[in-house]
Amino acid sequence: MQDITCTLAILGSGPGGYVCALRAGQLGLDVVIVEGQKIGGTCLNVGCIPSKALIHAADEFERAAEMAAGRSPLGIAIAEPTIDLKQTMAWKDATVARLTGGVANLLKRNKVKVVSGTARFRDGKTLEVETETGRQIIRAEAIVIATGSEPSALPTLPFGGRVISSTEALALDRPPEKLVVVGAGYIGLELGTAYAKLGSEVTLVEAEPRILPLYDAELTRPVAKRLSALGVKVLTGAKAIGLSGKGDALLVEKADRSEARLEADKILVTVGRRPALEGWGREELVLDLDGRFLRIDDQCRTSMRGVYAIGDVTGEPMLAHRAMAQGEMVAEIVAGHRRSWDKRAIPAVCFTDPEIVTAGLSPEAAAKQGREIKVGLFPFSASGRAMTKLGEEGFVRVVARADNHLLLGVQAVGRDVSELAAAFGLALEMGACLEDVAGAIHAHPTLGEAFQEAALRALGRALHF
Amino acid sequence: MAEFVIKLPDVGEGVAEAELVEWRVKVGDLVREDEILAAVMTDKATVEIPSPVNGEVAWLAAAVGEFVAVGSPLVRLGVKGAASEKAPEPAAPASAPAPRTEAPPPSAPSPSVPKVEGERPLASPAVRQRAREAGIDLRQVAGSGPAGRILQADLDAFVAGGRREQAPGLQRRHGLEDIKLVGMRRRIAEKMALANARIPHITYVEEIDVQALEELRAALNKQKRPGQPRLTLLPFLMRAMARALEEQPDLNALFDDDAGILHRHRAIHIGVATQTPAGLAVPVVRHAEARDLWDCASELERLAQAARAGVASRDELTGSTITITSLGAMGGVATTPILNPPEVAIVGVNKIMTRPHWDGAGFTPRKMMNLSSSFDHRIIDGWDAATFVQRIKTLLETPALIFVGV
Repeated sequence: MQDITCTLAILGSGPGGYVCALRAGQLGLDVVIVEGQKIGGTCLNVGCIPSKALIHAADEFERAAEMAAGRSPLGIAIAEPTIDLKQTMAWKDATVARLTGGVANLLKRNKVKVVSGTARFRDGKTLEVETETGRQIIRAEAIVIATGSEPSALPTLPFGGRVISSTEALALDRPPEKLVVVGAGYIGLELGTAYAKLGSEVTLVEAEPRILPLYDAELTRPVAKRLSALGVKVLTGAKAIGLSGKGDALLVEKADRSEARLEADKILVTVGRRPALEGWGREELVLDLDGRFLRIDDQCRTSMRGVYAIGDVTGEPMLAHRAMAQGEMVAEIVAGHRRSWDKRAIPAVCFTDPEIVTAGLSPEAAAKQGREIKVGLFPFSASGRAMTKLGEEGFVRVVARADNHLLLGVQAVGRDVSELAAAFGLALEMGACLEDVAGAIHAHPTLGEAFQEAALRALGRALHF
Repeated sequence: MAEFVIKLPDVGEGVAEAELVEWRVKVGDLVREDEILAAVMTDKATVEIPSPVNGEVAWLAAAVGEFVAVGSPLVRLGVKGAASEKAPEPAAPASAPAPRTEAPPPSAPSPSVPKVEGERPLASPAVRQRAREAGIDLRQVAGSGPAGRILQADLDAFVAGGRREQAPGLQRRHGLEDIKLVGMRRRIAEKMALANARIPHITYVEEIDVQALEELRAALNKQKRPGQPRLTLLPFLMRAMARALEEQPDLNALFDDDAGILHRHRAIHIGVATQTPAGLAVPVVRHAEARDLWDCASELERLAQAARAGVASRDELTGSTITITSLGAMGGVATTPILNPPEVAIVGVNKIMTRPHWDGAGFTPRKMMNLSSSFDHRIIDGWDAATFVQRIKTLLETPALIFVGV
């Protein structure tokens, strides 16, 4: 097979890799992207997209079940709903296929060459790809490592049998009767909640004293409340010890040191994700690590000249949109533009019930930096729009500097607040002050008004509270 | 997280404090065991301070250029684990003898609003990108927006006032950069100023025919035994100086001008000015009077390597009684060496060049080299200086004389 020589080779076609390829293609670079599995990486195939599809289906089903149970305040009564999870999964897969197909088309349109196969570095300028038709050598002036991450396993609970990762949880053909979720971070909560709504009896096991330990208690309280309403059992401060002898239950050590046995048809382990550092020939290179991640500088350069890294292999937060922004930047750097990482905020969303959005600094983090801050919180219980869509739980909270009112962070929890992430991110990135947010007309009646009202409240002049 | 305090260790005999010349870490960095945290300098030796543990840097004792007392806290690390291995000290002043250095004056040509140090300039992504592409550091731009936000108009004003957009052709440049002299550079500066201000120098330049010497050197290098160093010109010069100084002991002396005493040294310790990555260092070949040619060569090679690698000890870098300065191939035609006080003589080696030489009947090509030597004119008269250099000239031009006792 003839060797390929190109300007830019990208290892991995997840959101970081494919965006990097698209932008590089737009800039007229000669680009090759190598993917060992499906185009789109974790995000499109076994992450963001399929999980949102499943969560949506679960929400719809649960709403119908509430109506059937005569609990709908809207006066709608329907017959008991049923769900064919196989069909749900087929719809989800079709959605994923449309998106991955779309990415493949975009790559083609931008003249990006896609090579399918397992790639290994031979050296810092050369990749060897095992393709179906044989070995392909790719020589590139610059190479981007965008290999992503994979679910972490617990040593006491290796994946296999009843013990599954998020990937398998997104492909079940029926809801497990009893589901135990180990790790109550956002992935465990999203999937655990969805299956609870689909009829599974769900137990969450979390080692920390509360769910979503990386978020403050005020933000997670509505989520905890909703979990209990859904009948999800939450064991905090509990440690998974291992499977029972027959393998049909999880043994846990509870907060009071007593041992408990949790019957389970499936045990979903969501204890975080680890960077994919193996299997692509890292040992052929001299790449410095930063903790468990690849070390990069503010231009995503690794310790080797011409070798860049983006996305989950480079550190927290492991989020698709961070990888995308890095990919775009690296493409421009390779094309000779002056760029460096200067983003002010990377918003993060938990698609829990209700949803959580964070962008910038929390009050706690700002105080830890020794800043004098003003905080303004506006509850959805005072929002007309929230009332009319049965989503009064939650709030929007702004954090700003006390002296010049510069916005430092925004957090929200509530039904459908994920869509507010755009407004929060834009305000922070533009360097908005409380007065800017307060002074911009926010359409009525929308949830976004709560952002404006929170800013007004921080300024001491909330109108609707 | 527990706290682990790293104190400045005893970095040399009788050293009470050391100058902090480089931080390799900043607050918030995660460091691994054995990672170098800082470099400190005492007299002329630079010592690297490694971290004994893994941890996160929480506090640094001093700014570069400040002095830190031996035994006082240098770095505080946040470390995992329950009890700290060393109890945190009460917050003693880190660098008692070090006065707080003042921040350098702002180098911006434009007025700038006071900004909290380390804070990123406040500007929208569009303004940031435009500034980056125009090569403008936004920290230099005054922001007129709320909270000091830099607007497109502020960038326009900065561009119009300070500089024009990248037009073809030659550009005027503005602005200045202030570099604080620290460490070795500062010491060199002080010593040079002292030497030049206090000592009336006399510099004497003489031409030397090194044809015979170069032939001898080539022959010796050709038949050297394995393990023997390659001979350069310097060991020959050292031997010649040792011979010449036997006859003129006043030149191998240290002049204590405050006390009015000339200390004539019997041992000849020849300092050899050496360029190192950190600046000029002067490793010392001790007892040149007792070393033969090969010995001088191997000692010189060892010291030069140690100095360049920054591992030369304090003893190896001090105590010379006379100095050689050589720029090798960069040596030029003549130089005006500055004395290494309190020494009274310094011998400068210029570049060897093949020059036409009139031998009475015609021109022949000869390898020629100049020596540019400076002397403390308070102690050394012109006559003595000339005598010394002429003696060296004789020895180098007829190299056998270096080795034959007379």
